[in-house]
Amino acid sequence: MSALVAPMPSSAIDQDWGKVLRWGLICGGTLIAICLVGMPVELDRRELIERYLSLGYVSVLLIPILIGRIAATQVVLEGFESRKQGLYDLVTGLMVGLLGGGCLSLLMLALDSWNLRDPLVNWSPKLFRFLTYENGMGFGAGAWIVTCGALSLAGAALHVVPAIVRRSTGTVVLSLLALSILEGAVDDLSEGFGLDWLTDLMYAKKGGLTLTSTIVVGAVIAVVSVLTSGRVKAATNRYRDMQGAERQKASMILFAVVAVLCIVLPMFLGKIMNELLANVGLFLLLALGLNIVVGLAGLLDLGYVAFFAVGGYTTAVLTSPNSPFFAPELHFGFALIFVVIFATIVGLLIGAPVIRMRGDYLAIVTLGFGEIIRLLFMSDWLGPYFGGAQGITNVPGVDLGFATVKGTDPRSVFYLVLFFCVIAIYVSWRLQASRLGRAWMAIREDEQVAEAMGINTVSAKLMAFVVGAVLAAFSGAVLAAKVGSVFPTSFMILISIIILVVVIVGGMGNIAGVMVGSFVLIGVLGGPKQPGLLQEFQNFKLLIYGMLLVFMMLKRPEGLVPSARRSRELHQEEFLQDAWLKGDKSDDDADDEDAVNVGDGGGEEE
Amino acid sequence: MTVDRFLTFIRVFLVTMIVIGLLAFVWQQIDADNPFARWRNPGARGLTGDQFKGLLISGLSQGSMYGLIALGYSMVYGVLGFINFAHGEVFMVGAMTGFIASEKFNDNGMWESNFLLCLALIVLMAIFFSTSLAVLMERVAYRPLRNSPRLIPLITSIGVSFFIQNLVLGLFGPSTKSYPRLPEWLSKQRSILTFEIAGTRLMVLVVAAASMGVLWYIVERTKTGKAMRAVAEDKEIASLMGIDVNRTIVTTFAVGGAMAGVGGILWGLMFRSVTHMTGFLPGVKAFTAAVVGGIGNLGGAMAGGISLGSAESIAPLLILEPLGVPGVSQLKDAVAFTVLVLVLLFKPSGLFGERLSSEERA
Repeated sequence: MSALVAPMPSSAIDQDWGKVLRWGLICGGTLIAICLVGMPVELDRRELIERYLSLGYVSVLLIPILIGRIAATQVVLEGFESRKQGLYDLVTGLMVGLLGGGCLSLLMLALDSWNLRDPLVNWSPKLFRFLTYENGMGFGAGAWIVTCGALSLAGAALHVVPAIVRRSTGTVVLSLLALSILEGAVDDLSEGFGLDWLTDLMYAKKGGLTLTSTIVVGAVIAVVSVLTSGRVKAATNRYRDMQGAERQKASMILFAVVAVLCIVLPMFLGKIMNELLANVGLFLLLALGLNIVVGLAGLLDLGYVAFFAVGGYTTAVLTSPNSPFFAPELHFGFALIFVVIFATIVGLLIGAPVIRMRGDYLAIVTLGFGEIIRLLFMSDWLGPYFGGAQGITNVPGVDLGFATVKGTDPRSVFYLVLFFCVIAIYVSWRLQASRLGRAWMAIREDEQVAEAMGINTVSAKLMAFVVGAVLAAFSGAVLAAKVGSVFPTSFMILISIIILVVVIVGGMGNIAGVMVGSFVLIGVLGGPKQPGLLQEFQNFKLLIYGMLLVFMMLKRPEGLVPSARRSRELHQEEFLQDAWLKGDKSDDDADDEDAVNVGDGGGEEE
Repeated sequence: MTVDRFLTFIRVFLVTMIVIGLLAFVWQQIDADNPFARWRNPGARGLTGDQFKGLLISGLSQGSMYGLIALGYSMVYGVLGFINFAHGEVFMVGAMTGFIASEKFNDNGMWESNFLLCLALIVLMAIFFSTSLAVLMERVAYRPLRNSPRLIPLITSIGVSFFIQNLVLGLFGPSTKSYPRLPEWLSKQRSILTFEIAGTRLMVLVVAAASMGVLWYIVERTKTGKAMRAVAEDKEIASLMGIDVNRTIVTTFAVGGAMAGVGGILWGLMFRSVTHMTGFLPGVKAFTAAVVGGIGNLGGAMAGGISLGSAESIAPLLILEPLGVPGVSQLKDAVAFTVLVLVLLFKPSGLFGERLSSEERA
C-alpha cells in the first residue's frame, strides 16, 4: 500500500494507521449494529429504484460513504499551513471502507456458522440472505468488501473533487433520494393538482422510481444544479445583507408566499398528507412553547408533557359528555379560556418550586413532575374525576358553525392547528425582541450577571414557564379535539424528549429552526405514535432521535438553523480565538464561523 | 417576594400533610374503625407489625439497589459536574447481560447444579459490559464536551440514554425477559431477629453492602481513589500534581458502571424481569437518592438510596392511606419524586452534605 501514499508537503509520508484502523472499526461496528437492529431487513420491503435499490440497502450503503467522508476530513487549524487534500485522503477512505466491509463479512461468517437467534432477535437467515444477495457466502463477502471500499472511497473523494462537482452530485443524489423516499407525498400532491400522469411515468406500480426515470430526473437535476450553482446562496446572502425597509419588504413577500402556501396547499392534499401536516402542526406548537422555555430562557424542562396533558384533560373534561365527574359540555372556544387559566396555574405551580434550582436539578425535577402528573391522572385516587386508565372518551370536535373540526377530517384539524401555530409564532416572534425576551436571553447566558443588571430573574423565568405551558396546553386541547379522547398513556415522558430533540435539531432559540426541526423530524420520521412519511422507520425512529440528539450536541449544538446569538454563545471560545488570530480587526462577522472544522457544513442541504 | 411566600406556603402545606397523615395513621392504628380512616376509603386498614416489617425489608433491599446506582451518578457529578442521565441505561445493560448469561446457564443445567459459580460469572460479565459501556460513553459523548456549558452534556446524556434504550430494544426485542428461578435453598424465607426475610432480599442486602465496602476501600484507601478525590476537588490542581485527569475520570465512570452492573444483576434476580425500559425509572430515582444523600458524597448516596427505598415503600401506606387516598400503591413513584422536591426545597445540599469540586460550588 505504501506505493499509493500521496506525497505530502510535510515530512510525514505514511498514513496515520491508528486513525484508519479506528475509523474502519467504527465503520464496521456501525454496519454490524445496523444489521443486528434489523434495519436493512425491515426496510428492504420499500423499493426506492424499482428492482435495483431498496431502502434497506440504502440504509447500509450510506454508512461507508458518511464514514469515509468523516475519516478523510482534515482538521484545519487557522494560522497553520494545511496539506492539500488528495490521494492521501482517498487511500484513507478506501482503507476505512475495506475494513468496514471486512467486519461485515465476519458478521456473515458468524451468521452462517452459529445461531444466536435467542438473545439477538434479528439474527436470522433473512439477514444472511439480504447480505449475500442470495448468492452464497463468498460472493456476498467479496461484494460487500468491494462496495464498502468503493463507497467509502467516494465519500473521501468528496473532499478532493472540485466544489461544483461535489455540489451537483450531492444535489442529484439527495434529491433523487428525497423523490423516492417522499413518494407518498409526491403522489398525493400531484393527484391534487391533476398531474397523475407525471407520477405514473416516474414511479413504478409497486413503488419506487423506475430506472429510466431515475436517470432522466437525475440528469435534469444535475443540469439545473450546475446552472443555478451559487445563485441560491447569493440570494440568501443578499437577503441577509438587506437592511431596514428593504428587508422588511422582502420578509413580507416571503411571509405572504408561505401564508398562501399554508392555506392553499392542504386543499390539494389527500387525507394522509393532511393528517401528517396536522401532526407536524401539533408538535410544532409544542416545540414553539418549549423553544421559549429551553431556547430563550435556558430552562431545561423535561416534564413539558405535563402541560400538554393539562390542556388535553381540561378540554376533555369541559367538553366531553363522558367526563366522569363534572361534564358541563362547554363549547371548545369556552373551554379554551379555562385551558389558558389552568395551564397558567399549573405552570406557576410547577415553576415556582423549581425556579431557584440549579439548571440540571431543574431538568430532573420537572421530569419528575411530568411523570407525577401522568401517574395522578392514571391513579385510582383521581380516577373518579379523570377516568383513570380508561381516560375520557367522546370528546366532541370543534363546532365552528359552518364546519366542525374533527379527527375524521384532518384538513380542518390542520387549519385549526395552523391558527394556533400562527398565534404561537407571532407571540414568540414578538416576545423575542421584547424586554422580556431579552431578559430571558440574558438569564440564559449568565444568571448572576442578569440579576446584577436589574432583571427580576424569578418573574422572568416564571413567565417563560407560563408562556410555554399555555402553548403546550393549546396543543393538548387540539389533540383532545382531534383524537376525540384522552388517555394517560398519550402523555408519556417520551413526548417531552422528542420535542426536545425537535427544538435542538432545528436550532434552539430560533423560530425558523424549530419549524424546520418539526417538519424534518415529525414530518419525515414521525412523532411518538404518529407515523411520518417514512412509515418504514416506525421501529427505528427513536433510535435515530437519540443518535441525532447526541450528534447535534457534539457537532452542531446550535442546530440546523442556528440563531446567531445562540451559536455565538456556544462557540464563544472559538470566536475569541478567531478574533485573536485576526488581530481583533472585525468582530461583527457573524457568519464567518467555519474556521475550525472544514467538514462542518453537512447540514445545509436540509 | 410572592414566589418566596408561595414556596413557604408549599413547605408548610407539605409538612402539614405529612403530620396529619402520621397522626391519622396513629389514630387508625388505635381504632381501625375511626370515621377519618373510613371517610373516603372504606377499604383502608391499619398496618400490622409484620406488614410494617415486610415493607421495611422490601424498602431496604430496593433502596440498596438505588444506592448502588446512585453511586455512579454521585461520583460523576462530583467529578464532572453534570448528571449522567444515561447511567440508568448502564444499569439496564448490566441486568440484560445477566439475563442472557443466566438463561444460557439455565439451558445447560449449570444454574441448578452450580449456582454460586454461575452467579459469580454473571456478576463478572455484567460488570464487564456495564463498565465498558460507561467508559465508551465517556470517551465518545462526554469527553469532547468537557468544557461546554453545563446543560450541554446533560442533553447529550439524555440522547445517549434514548439511543441505548432503543438499541437494546432493536437488538433483543421488546419482550419482557424473565430471569430463571433462583434455587430453593437461596430464595426460601428466613427469620432473622423476628424479621421474616426472603433469601433473595437478604442476598441483595449482603451483596450491596459488600460492593459498598469494596468501593469504600477503593476510594478511601488506594492511590486511584486518592486521585479520584483530588480530581473531584479541583481538576486543574490535580493535573499539576501529576495526576492523569483523563484516566481518573475514566476510572470514575468505570467504577460507577461496575456498581450499576452489580445493581442490575441484583435487580434481575429480585424482580426476575428485564426490558429495555428497566433503566429509566430506577435511574431517575437513583439520581433522586444521590441528591437526597448529598451529591458527590458516596456514603450519602447509599444512605439516600436506602431512605428513598424505604420511604417509597412505607410512605404510601403510612401517610397517604390514612388521608383517605385509594389505590396508594400506584402512587409509589409519585412519592419518590415528591421526596426529591421536598429535599430540594428544604435542604438542596442533601441530608449528608454535598461534596463538589471548587468550580461546581460557585
